[in-house]
Amino acid sequence: MQVIVNGMEQEVPSGTNLSQLLERFKVQPERVAVEVNLNVIHRQQYSQVSLNDGDQIEIIGFVGGGSSCR
Amino acid sequence: MPVDRPLVVGKIEFRSRLIVGTGKYASFEETKKAIEASGADCVTVAVRRVNILDRSQENLLDYIDPKVYKILPNTAGCYTAEEAVRTARLARTAGISDMVKLEVIGDPKTLFPDNEALLEATRILVKEGFTVLPYTNDDPIMAKKLQDAGAAVVMPLAAPIGSGLGVRNPYNIRIILETISVPIIVDAGVGTASDAAIAMELGCDGVLMNTAIAGAENPIQMAEAMNYAVRAGRLAYLAGRIPKKLYAQASSPVEGMIE
Repeated sequence: MQVIVNGMEQEVPSGTNLSQLLERFKVQPERVAVEVNLNVIHRQQYSQVSLNDGDQIEIIGFVGGGSSCR
Repeated sequence: MPVDRPLVVGKIEFRSRLIVGTGKYASFEETKKAIEASGADCVTVAVRRVNILDRSQENLLDYIDPKVYKILPNTAGCYTAEEAVRTARLARTAGISDMVKLEVIGDPKTLFPDNEALLEATRILVKEGFTVLPYTNDDPIMAKKLQDAGAAVVMPLAAPIGSGLGVRNPYNIRIILETISVPIIVDAGVGTASDAAIAMELGCDGVLMNTAIAGAENPIQMAEAMNYAVRAGRLAYLAGRIPKKLYAQASSPVEGMIE
């Protein structure tokens, strides 16, 4: 199935859960936050959230920054 | 002698009255050294998509230990209340802080805040239990509205973000200081050490800056200068300056002059 991760289409096996998705991209669950179809998912729930075809996933982290950019 | 109390934001006590950004540095190593030189114990960070295709890149938090520093996520780059609220919620889920430096920008050229959207986002996030630190312009009415909405501090700009123009309207900052009771942290527009000292001499509770340090020819040296400037300005404020006079007033006694 296809999901959209950080704006990019990605092919993943159907039935993939959020934990497996993070593992696939070698993302440590600590220090990131994840949203599925605009819903924020708490870290403890990652393995219980199964992904569906067409899901939009955002994986965010902290980067250097002070105030606004354009 | 007036004894200084630490800056308290919500329930969090700060050791330093200087808060620094982590953007625009040449390297993470330089970021780390500049933050150390600044003496700041709170640093602001931006919230961005993780690069899922290249995991070899280093992470800022490998250099800025969240156990040592208070991490203040910001909503830099957000142009609507919805975007800012979404970013703040995501940042909190990462589990590092309940604090958010709330920015809702109204215009890319000036980077001035969209006050209406800022107020709306502040109300939503306060209701959700966030410690909200809103970036606003130097408007006393807006400052009061943000305080009434439950903002933990109010952060008026000294001048436009990254402009380095210093405190453009010290009179407005003074009115804000008289108007509200939550801490006031000048956020943005500082260019050099004297600008930070002026903000503190006015009676502000703290200063937040990024470009003034990161953009200096020698950021680590400027970070140290800002460390002194914020402390010097604070001490001068507490000490109480002399009134300004038009004419000279001799500082040596007139009695005992050789005749």
